[in-house]
Amino acid sequence: MLHLILFLVFAAICIAGAVNLLIQRHPISSALSLVVVMASLAAEYLLLGAEFVAAVQVIVYAGAVMVLFVFVIMLLNAGEEDRIGGSQVALVVGVPGILACGLLTAWVLLKQTGDLKIGALLGDPKTIGSLLFHDFLLPFEVTSVLILIAIMGAVVLANRPETINSGKKED
Amino acid sequence: MVPLSYYLILSGILFSCGVLGFLIKRNIITIFMSIELMLNGVNLSFVAFAAHWQHLSGQIFVFFVMVVAAAEAAVGLAIIIAVYRTRETLNVDQVNLLKL
Repeated sequence: MLHLILFLVFAAICIAGAVNLLIQRHPISSALSLVVVMASLAAEYLLLGAEFVAAVQVIVYAGAVMVLFVFVIMLLNAGEEDRIGGSQVALVVGVPGILACGLLTAWVLLKQTGDLKIGALLGDPKTIGSLLFHDFLLPFEVTSVLILIAIMGAVVLANRPETINSGKKED
Repeated sequence: MVPLSYYLILSGILFSCGVLGFLIKRNIITIFMSIELMLNGVNLSFVAFAAHWQHLSGQIFVFFVMVVAAAEAAVGLAIIIAVYRTRETLNVDQVNLLKL
């Protein structure tokens, strides 16, 4: 019962944050509501017993990635976005269509029964770590190479074109 | 005891909010945040299925998705900075040439 109540509370916060992201026109407001979504998702992960994933969610997503977003928004001094007139067809056909699809999917999902218990599967750092460094060692190493390439790509892309050219001249 | 379907429906709602934001938003940074929202929705269903099938691989995959999302955010924001430097705008309607 407590599990259900906690799930519903955090799900409500999560959906409110996601909808607020769509409604807000200023990018900073959208970024902060995305932080709310990620923090409440971390709570949902904890309810599912995924301790490590919840911690990484808070540190990497709500911490690092969102700080990067807010940093770029403030660096570029992004203001409120212009509102363009949406098409009437999207409103008349799209909204009922999405509602129909969503309700159908929800109905199909609700028909199958399977309950999740708190702590039935514990993803603590020790277990995750041993799995990561034994069964998933190759993917883990490949991801580290990916991160390295991403860092170099970000540095090259964000560099001013003049500095790249002047660097070549010095060579 | 929470049915698995509740988690999947929440994940579906988050994913649809992300798709909707991707389609209706005009600011390139907000569009990028909508993509992160979609990734989060998928992550939730990964963790829910991991708990359902009693298998930790789902949580490992969430870890990998987060790593890829972090790399993607770094590269994407660098591209946004490069685009802003040449065009002085963040509105995707005004960014209609691939050429920088």
